[in-house]
Amino acid sequence: MSKSLNEILSTFNGNKSELIPILQDIQSSIGYLPEDAIIEVSKFTQVPESEIYGVATFYTQFRFLPVGKKHIMVCKGTACHVKGAPQIIEGIERHLDIKEGEVTFDLEYSLESVGCLGCCALAPCAMINEEVESNLTLKDVKKIFSRMKNNSNDKES
Amino acid sequence: MNFNELFKESVEEYDSLISGVIPVILVGSATCGKSAGAQEISAAFKAELEEQNVMAEVIEVGCIGLCYLEPIVTIIKEGMPAIFYGDVTSKQAKQLVNDYIIDNNPMIESALGTFGDKQVEGIPNLFDIPVMKPQIRRILRNCGFIDPDNIKHYIAMDGYKGLNNALDLKPGEVMEKIKLSGLRGRGGAGFPTWMKWQFFVDSKEDENYLICNADEGDPGAFMNRSLLESDPHSVLEGIVIAAYAIGAKEGYIYCRAEYPLALERLKHAISEMKKLGFLGENILGSGFNFDIKIKEGAGAFVCGEETALIASIEGKRGMPRTRPPFPTTSGLWGKPTVINNVETMASVSLIMQAGHDAFVEHGTQDSKGTKTFSLVGNVKNTGLIEVPLGTTLKQVINEIGGGIINDGMFKAVQIGGPSGGCIPESYLDTKIDYDSLTMAGAIMGSGGLVVMDQNSCMVDVAHYFLEFIQNESCGKCVPCRLGTKQMLDILTDITTGKGKAGDIELLLELAGGVKDGSLCGLGQTSPNPILTTIKYFKDEYNAHINEKRCPALLCNELINYQVIDEKCKGCMLCFRSCPVGAISGSKKEVHSINIDKCIKCGTCIELCSGMYNAIERVHKY
Ligand SMILES: Cc1cc2nc3c(=O)[nH]c(=O)nc-3n(C[C@H](O)[C@H](O)[C@H](O)COP(=O)(O)O)c2cc1C
Ligand code: SF4
Ligand code: SF4
Ligand code: FES
Ligand code: FES
Repeated sequence: MSKSLNEILSTFNGNKSELIPILQDIQSSIGYLPEDAIIEVSKFTQVPESEIYGVATFYTQFRFLPVGKKHIMVCKGTACHVKGAPQIIEGIERHLDIKEGEVTFDLEYSLESVGCLGCCALAPCAMINEEVESNLTLKDVKKIFSRMKNNSNDKES
Repeated sequence: MNFNELFKESVEEYDSLISGVIPVILVGSATCGKSAGAQEISAAFKAELEEQNVMAEVIEVGCIGLCYLEPIVTIIKEGMPAIFYGDVTSKQAKQLVNDYIIDNNPMIESALGTFGDKQVEGIPNLFDIPVMKPQIRRILRNCGFIDPDNIKHYIAMDGYKGLNNALDLKPGEVMEKIKLSGLRGRGGAGFPTWMKWQFFVDSKEDENYLICNADEGDPGAFMNRSLLESDPHSVLEGIVIAAYAIGAKEGYIYCRAEYPLALERLKHAISEMKKLGFLGENILGSGFNFDIKIKEGAGAFVCGEETALIASIEGKRGMPRTRPPFPTTSGLWGKPTVINNVETMASVSLIMQAGHDAFVEHGTQDSKGTKTFSLVGNVKNTGLIEVPLGTTLKQVINEIGGGIINDGMFKAVQIGGPSGGCIPESYLDTKIDYDSLTMAGAIMGSGGLVVMDQNSCMVDVAHYFLEFIQNESCGKCVPCRLGTKQMLDILTDITTGKGKAGDIELLLELAGGVKDGSLCGLGQTSPNPILTTIKYFKDEYNAHINEKRCPALLCNELINYQVIDEKCKGCMLCFRSCPVGAISGSKKEVHSINIDKCIKCGTCIELCSGMYNAIERVHKY
């Protein structure tokens, strides 16, 4: 999955309008936007670094730190809120001992919230890597984490 | 191959699939279906078919919108109507292969409904079951019935006939048909589509753009996602027709990145269109050229606003600008640009396929046609629905939604997202059309309907939306940036027991300032959730401010958790699960909660509520 920065840039022309797609490609390959990459993008597109940061920080999608191996996005949309999302988020925060926007020490998990996953009918939901988990309860949160833990133990042994 | 030959070939192909001797199993595999386990179900069918050595085609389709019954499976056997099954488990999948596919027993007790000319004793027609009966499915007609990744399925359903019809007419004549249909934009404001197009045409510039807005930022709404996942061509066909009618040269779809499956389906659909000549140079031999590019959003609600969306495509921060000039005169790269919503585009293909007369059969005087809604929150039957405009909220919530879950009490329905409002029971006879909803203080918006029961706190809901808006404000206008922060602070005070006399008046005053002093729709409409909750639920605000009570027992600072002694059986479940050790008690003895330690996480109540209901929330003051 991970392409080198040069490989990514070689698929673009360097127009300013490509800035967001370039950043999106870098993030989907590397997982975040490292400082070196921003410097390279600036050279490539002739857009000053400050402006690139201006654009990148405007959009919630972009991150400047790596995410965990399992990236959890909990939905904070209206339907999920009404169905108890705040308690689910707190539950996950307690379980992982991190706050929204943080990564666990072992870089295993990271937690973020999103506006809506489009799965509102089965609220509350969360997306873990690309899989959506729906109709979450606090009990499910525990189950999901112990399942993920077992899976990664299996792989390692 | 010309279009008619292609149509004939597609119909033959689809018919031979559906009416052939080999049974067909359709598995609803849109995002909802997948999260409910559609992939495991597909795998279970395939495994059992192989095990039993029988032939059947397993196809992943979009969804019919009965999200609460996902995973949904449809089985089509020769000589039988299509039969829909809901809440299918892997075990049932196995059973269906053996009992129905092999043995001809359609398992009527697990069936939802049938579709087709024939009947099966004991199974109702799918469109006669209560959740479906009041619905009219026009936009969603193909959803769940065709393979979204197979363009020929769409063509067999009269797909691209609309485009073929349009290309036989002059662009102005196509525009006239859209005008006659009375179509109004489905993205929120309800602006007449033909009029927007006319402004664009009048600007007469060679370089110009057409953008389909698939940003769907309203949290709690997923109509556009579901349509793009289940029937992407109905939207794409509409885009090409619109481009032809207005003479657009280049098209974009701006789709939010949180919808990976929709993006995947769109990419695939566009490549299929190009192969068959529905996109690119000389479309269907008409001499008309048009191409569509996909732009992924990067997670900013305000980018649904048209000028912000344009800035975002140009690679800038997505900040709105003043209008006029409207995008139809100066939009993307300063060139004339039409922006239309996903469902508006799907309506265009529908109108050109079925005719504008058919379109105006439904709806009201000023709001024509049908509209899709995502019906979510505390109703029994959550899902994606489509009703004629003019249907009342009551019909939608009680008949289609099946009323409130757990036999609860209805409190409010939130319509229109962060720009909309909360409508109380006394207004449930309000018709769902652009003008009636605006009169009630809400807006039609894009189609999110979030139903709330007695456990929802209206001050908390206002707080929720303000927090959302305050996060999403682009920061350009002081009233929007700081006014929403001030309103949020006041609401935080109220929900945490620090509300003061005069807070409501201050909120109303700030709301007026933010409304008048903001540049774009985000700021201008942001007070709506506050205004409607104050208008219809002022007693809840008063209870929080004057008595420090949350009537819904939701606001954590104003409640405590306690054990109901008479109900507690001493099972120790809560004792073992409390994350902070706030519960004491021993086996078979009444437990108790130390309120100084309790962090009000809700774990104990969730566990006990399924068994003894021995834990409750009570007012602190
Ligand atoms: C803050 C804000 C967010 C919006 N979000 C969307 C959206 O997600 N999808 C959409 O189609 N329109 C959205 N709109 C409305 C668009 O600006 C525009 O009016 C609409 O796309 C026009 O399409 P229509 O005429 O087909 O309805 C939003 C407007 C505002 C002010
Ligand atoms: S009203 Fe708010 S979101 Fe809109 S332009 Fe002004 S600051 Fe930005
Ligand atoms: S609400 Fe949470 S912290 Fe409080 S007693 Fe129950 S489980 Fe413990
Ligand atoms: S509100 Fe959570 S998925 Fe939409
Ligand atoms: S099942 Fe498809 S939208 Fe929910």
